[in-house]
Amino acid sequence: MQVGVLDYLIIAIYFVFVLGIGVVLKKQMVSSEDFFLSGRSIPSWITGLAFISANLGAIEVMGMAANGAEYGIMTAHFYWVGAIPAMVFLALFMMPFYYGSRVRSVPEYLKLRFNEPTRAFNALSFALMTVLMSGINMYAMALVFKLLLNWSMTASILVSAGVVLAYTILGGLTSSIYNEVLQFFLIVFGLLPLTLIGLANGGGWQGLIGHLPKGFGHLWSQAGGTANPMGIDWLGLVSGLGFVLSFGYWCTDFLVIQRALAAESLSAAQRTPLIAAFPKVFFPLLTVVPGMLALSLIPALGSNTTNYSYNMALPLLLSQYYPSGMLGVGLTAMLASFMSGMAGNITAFNTVWTYDIYQSYIAPARSDRHYLWMGRVATAAGILVSIGTAYLVMGFPSIMDYMQMIFSFFNAPLFATFLLGMFWKRTTPWAAFWGLVTGTVSAGVHFALTHFGMLTYSSVMAGNFWRATMAWLICFSVTFALSFVTKPRPVEDLQGLVWGLGGDTPLIREVWYKRPAVLASMVIVMTLVANVVLW
Amino acid sequence: MLDLRMPIGCLFLIIGTILLTWGCAHPVLTPCGGLQVNLNATWGSVMGTFGLLMSLLAWREKSRS
Repeated sequence: MQVGVLDYLIIAIYFVFVLGIGVVLKKQMVSSEDFFLSGRSIPSWITGLAFISANLGAIEVMGMAANGAEYGIMTAHFYWVGAIPAMVFLALFMMPFYYGSRVRSVPEYLKLRFNEPTRAFNALSFALMTVLMSGINMYAMALVFKLLLNWSMTASILVSAGVVLAYTILGGLTSSIYNEVLQFFLIVFGLLPLTLIGLANGGGWQGLIGHLPKGFGHLWSQAGGTANPMGIDWLGLVSGLGFVLSFGYWCTDFLVIQRALAAESLSAAQRTPLIAAFPKVFFPLLTVVPGMLALSLIPALGSNTTNYSYNMALPLLLSQYYPSGMLGVGLTAMLASFMSGMAGNITAFNTVWTYDIYQSYIAPARSDRHYLWMGRVATAAGILVSIGTAYLVMGFPSIMDYMQMIFSFFNAPLFATFLLGMFWKRTTPWAAFWGLVTGTVSAGVHFALTHFGMLTYSSVMAGNFWRATMAWLICFSVTFALSFVTKPRPVEDLQGLVWGLGGDTPLIREVWYKRPAVLASMVIVMTLVANVVLW
Repeated sequence: MLDLRMPIGCLFLIIGTILLTWGCAHPVLTPCGGLQVNLNATWGSVMGTFGLLMSLLAWREKSRS
């Protein structure tokens, strides 16, 4: 494949706009709330698209295409069983507590609802998780640019880190959110022609699945047992992916919640995940289907060599179809996805570090200007640590292995803590703390047992789903049991933090098409239709 | 606050125009079903139209306020 001057020109123009947005927004970053929460002033269409785009990093784009090539359309379960129900639940049931309590971060909610140790545990584990995840995006980008542009891994990592550092340090969360929306459109316009051309050349959907192994074209028809491409039955899918992993990620991960907290009102914050859910219904067309197309076109895909691993499905398809010019657009789309994933993690990291660790335990009662300065320092430090973790990822066989390990450790047990904390007022602070600790440790033990062959599953994915389910169950059970033998917080302290105990944020009556319940119903119907059509 | 539709519109308009111009000057045909498509020119015009639309929306909002 020949990358020409035109392709480099398109990439350069994109860099100019990304940096320009940071420069324009710099003068508006006056207080720490401007820098970390965008002054809670962003319209819901922007926070909604940023919500989806912050998640649209290497995992979503390269990882889902890789899974599409490996498991077929069953990969769409990540969207239609996993993400969308969780996003609807977040909008309708959890966002009123996050936004209504005026917390600045997810760990801060845990402090208000439970105690300082629970907040500290979550803040530290989240800070660690974000820099590990940010490293994934750098590594994935380096992998693609080495293959397509012949850049060295180090050069790719340094260029992407430098650009993200520049625009997040200048414009904080607003700059990150604005660039995520820009990147969302670039990703859609950069990848859509791949699916259209691929399907047209392959004889449409029926032609495509005719070229693929049996079962690659169905979502549920073979999920009665484990004899399907993913090697997992419907119960494992629904409990591990549909409930624990997805709800754990979408409902508790500050990376995405932070986008909703930047919205201009509670109603806009509730609409944020719902607006994101609409494009999410169609995203398998941009990620999963290209992976399946790559498998039908490139028989060597899935071999153990780096250049033909499943992770390379999308870049290989790009090089197959795009001429110089469109190739620049496609490369810019991939670059945009890696940078939005990286920036999302870094802005979440700098907020949690500054508010939940630095301000709470290291330097309390300093001026707002000082915390604004610390936010910028944390941005630079977070990116430096991410560069280190990018090299750490290189030691793992696949991006997905690495990511699922991280999620099952941190997100799965945290969702049990939130579920009990938000919906059961009897949940006590120390029960939540010990539940979270035992859930996280048990995920580590399960990972070790699987890694050393003492526990085996029919696929790596099945192991991930069952580990998440187990960590969630242990956290839930320990928290539930200990809540009966430890002291709960007085009910008056829980106002606006627990379901049924009210809050003081009045809901504004919106026109029908802006109401969260209406939007939620529409997106659920669309998702059901997708499941039935591809049953 | 910066109207985000303006930078999005400008970026897509610029990239779309470049692709359209390049596609017309150096046509490369890509097989697409039974057709041969000039992908740069076709998709460049789609991107350019989207950019124009976003810019017009931002401009209209600015002139209103």
